[in-house]
Parts: sequence; C-alpha cells; structure tokens
Amino acid sequence: MSENYNEIMQLLCDRLSSMTNTGVQVTAETNLISQLSIDSIKLLSLIMEIEDTFDVSIPINALADVQTVRQLADLVHKIKYTSE
Amino acid sequence: MNLLEKLDAAAAARKAMLPNGVGAFGVPIEEVYSATEARIGDRRVILLGTNNYLGLTFAPECIRAAHDAIDKEGTGTTGSRMANGSYSGHRALEREFADFYQCSSAIVFTTGYQANLGTISGLVGPGDTVLIDGDSHASIYDGCILSGADIIRFKHNDPSDMEKRLRRLGSRIETTLIIAEGIYSMLGDQAPLTEIVRIKNQYGCILLLDEAHSLGVLGETGQGLVEKTGLLKEVDFITGTFSKSLCSIGGFCVSDHPQLDQLRYVSHPYIFTASPSPATIASTRAALELLRKGSHLRKQLWDNCTQLYAQLQETGYELGPDPGPVIAAILDTPQQALLMWNSLLEHNIYVNLILPPAAPEGKSLVRCSVNAAHTPEQIKYVGDTFAKLYPVVTS
Repeated sequence: MSENYNEIMQLLCDRLSSMTNTGVQVTAETNLISQLSIDSIKLLSLIMEIEDTFDVSIPINALADVQTVRQLADLVHKIKYTSE
Repeated sequence: MNLLEKLDAAAAARKAMLPNGVGAFGVPIEEVYSATEARIGDRRVILLGTNNYLGLTFAPECIRAAHDAIDKEGTGTTGSRMANGSYSGHRALEREFADFYQCSSAIVFTTGYQANLGTISGLVGPGDTVLIDGDSHASIYDGCILSGADIIRFKHNDPSDMEKRLRRLGSRIETTLIIAEGIYSMLGDQAPLTEIVRIKNQYGCILLLDEAHSLGVLGETGQGLVEKTGLLKEVDFITGTFSKSLCSIGGFCVSDHPQLDQLRYVSHPYIFTASPSPATIASTRAALELLRKGSHLRKQLWDNCTQLYAQLQETGYELGPDPGPVIAAILDTPQQALLMWNSLLEHNIYVNLILPPAAPEGKSLVRCSVNAAHTPEQIKYVGDTFAKLYPVVTS
C-alpha cells in the first residue's frame, strides 16, 4: 500500500478515535455506524475536516456506500490521487 | 433487520427521546380561532409555532377569492399541467410573480418543497456540482440528491469557506450551482448575500436563493433578502413557498434566464404531480397582492420580532444571531427543550420543538414563529412566560 494511502488511513483512525470516545480501537475494518455510532451530522463534519486536510472535494452523495474506515480511506485516496 | 424492524428501531429511538407519549410532533389542533389562537386539547393557546408571518390566514380577501374559485372552477384540477392543462389562474399567478420580482419568467409548483426539488433537479444533473450551505433545508438536500449532481457543503453562513470549496472545484466551477437561503429556518439567521454574490460573480457560477422564510418579511415590498440587500438582479434563480407569508400551499421559481421555462419539460416534480387547486391559486394571488402593499404588516411583524427577541435575550436565553420572525431558544439537551416545550404548552403557548439531528450542531431548539397579527399583549405574555421558565429549565 502506498505511503499516501497509509497517511490517509492513519489520520482517519486518529481522528475517529478522538471524535467518538467509545473505547473501540479504530482499525481499517471498524464500522463507522455500528461500532463507532457516527451519526450523519458527525460524519459530515468529519468530511469537511478531511476535505480541508487533503485539499479535496468529497461529494456527500459518494458516502452512501461507505461503512468502514477502509472504505472511507479508499474514497479519499481515489479522489485525491486519481482525479488529479 | 428487516424493513419493518428498521421502522420499529426508529420508533423506539423516538420514544426514548420523547417519554410518556408526549406528542410534540404533529400536535392535534382541534380548532383554529384566528391567525394567533387555536385549541389544543382543552386549552386555548397562542399560536407561536406557525409560519403565518403576515398573519393573513383569515384575511377576508383571501377567503373570498378561494370561495369564488371553488364556485367557478371546482375543488381540484385532478392532474398535472403538462397532461391536463394550465388554468388561467396558474398562468396569472406566474405573471404576477414575474412582475413582483421584475423577472422575465416564473414557474408555479404544487408545494414549496417541490419548487426546490423541481428547480434544482432541472438545473443540475450527474457530472455537475451543487455547493450548498450546511444548514440547508431538507428540500434543498433532496433536490440535490434527486439531481444526481455531486453535493459539496460549505460551513453555514461562511463565505470564505464557500470560496475555498468552490476554488477546489477547478474546471468544474462552470457547472456548479451555489444554493443559499434568505432566512434559515432553524435559527432565523440571514445569508451573507453580498459576499456570496461577490464570490459567485468572481468565479462565474449560477446562484439560487431560497426565499421561503424571507418572502413578505424582508425588503420594502417584501421580495425578501434580495430586496433588503439590493441584489435582486445578481441572483440567478429565486425559489420560495406559498405556505408561509402567503398562507396557502405551493411554491415558485423566478428568473431572468430564459432557460427557466425549459424546466417545465425536464423537471419531474413539476411534470408528474397534480397542479395547485383553483382555491389555492386564488387565495395565493390575493395574498400576494396584500403582501406587496403590506409594509404596515411588515412593521407590525418586526415590532413583534424585536420585542420578543430583546426580551428573551435579556432573560439570558441563547438565541440565533439575527432578530426576525424565527426566534429559536437554543438549549443544551433534548430534555431541557422537551421540558420547555411542555411547560410552555401548560402556559397555553404553542411553539415548535426541534431535537437532534434536525437542529444544527447537535443542539435542541424551542422555536417561536412570530407574526404580524400577534398583539403586543400576546408577545409580552410569551416573553414573560419564557422568563418565568428560564430558571426551571436551565437549572
């Protein structure tokens, strides 16, 4: 896996850990809703943060298929590095 | 979890938030006495939870026009304008809206919700982008979803954040629609339209402004935020509703762009729905006339708004940033808001309860909608009651 991808994954895990405070260890396979109880409002705030951190635009309708941290990292990586 | 079990889970979550069967949502209103009073259960209450901003629900001109229309044209149109045809009233109301906004054309929709659905989904599609305020109304979100365009949110009422996200779009800017609202329905604050227009002109985008809550309320003749700011000609599309200041049901879009008329042929929320009934159109036309010459109503409305806003602020309530017809007391927890809502009803005052996730930033709101027909005595009673309940609710 590329360094860029790992950087995205690490940032997401760190941010989600501090956001949710559930005691769940956040990994690539952690489910955002069932394990971290991320509601739609928190997810949208997180997306704005990610957009600013990586200087990308993430359409909120692209989030429909995102359930795990890995799927979110895949989406950010795809937008950041395949649309340039 | 099957489909019905999902609904059961949602019902359980709602019940946990609203214990004891409290019916804060969809309250049964038994009788309506006037623009400001009704009966809920055995209580005669002050209506402070309606969007009847100019207080015209019982205006004799509107009632008479609706009666006459039923007598002449019947109770309903029984179909869409595309298939069944447009009545003279539909076309007349469109001409009157175009005249009111000094625009070349207008389209009337069956509801305000459909006005946003139909306009947005007609203007943008897959491959295009919509840049919307984070606190946008559900009709805007749903219109964007229906369109298939990419949806990007900017921070509420933050033009610099909007510009940052716009700039990131690069070559996609030319197919980007920016959407804002004249007055936001949750906190009653107004869009920073001057800045938004400056940015949209700089980048060459199209701007849609929803004046649902500001029509009849802002500007000398009640056009809304576009009139208050003098930016009518800078906004590409204006949508709005008949169900607030115009006291009926329906919606509209006006524009100087000749392409607006094409929406009639591509917009499903316009094509595949029954057109507004003759009574609805007739009362809306009468209300629009009253709205246009209603500067005295706007003065009464703003006197009431400023009085209640000042009194609640003085008491210590956290409020939205701008005084206006939507005055929301912001409370930290759903329990506080529920206690407040119930206590107000016990004091014969009906307001709106807004709980997460409907309220911004996870807050809970007790929202008042002030109107021009409220008497100074009613407003004072409401303000005094909020003051009396403040220590109870916030302790």
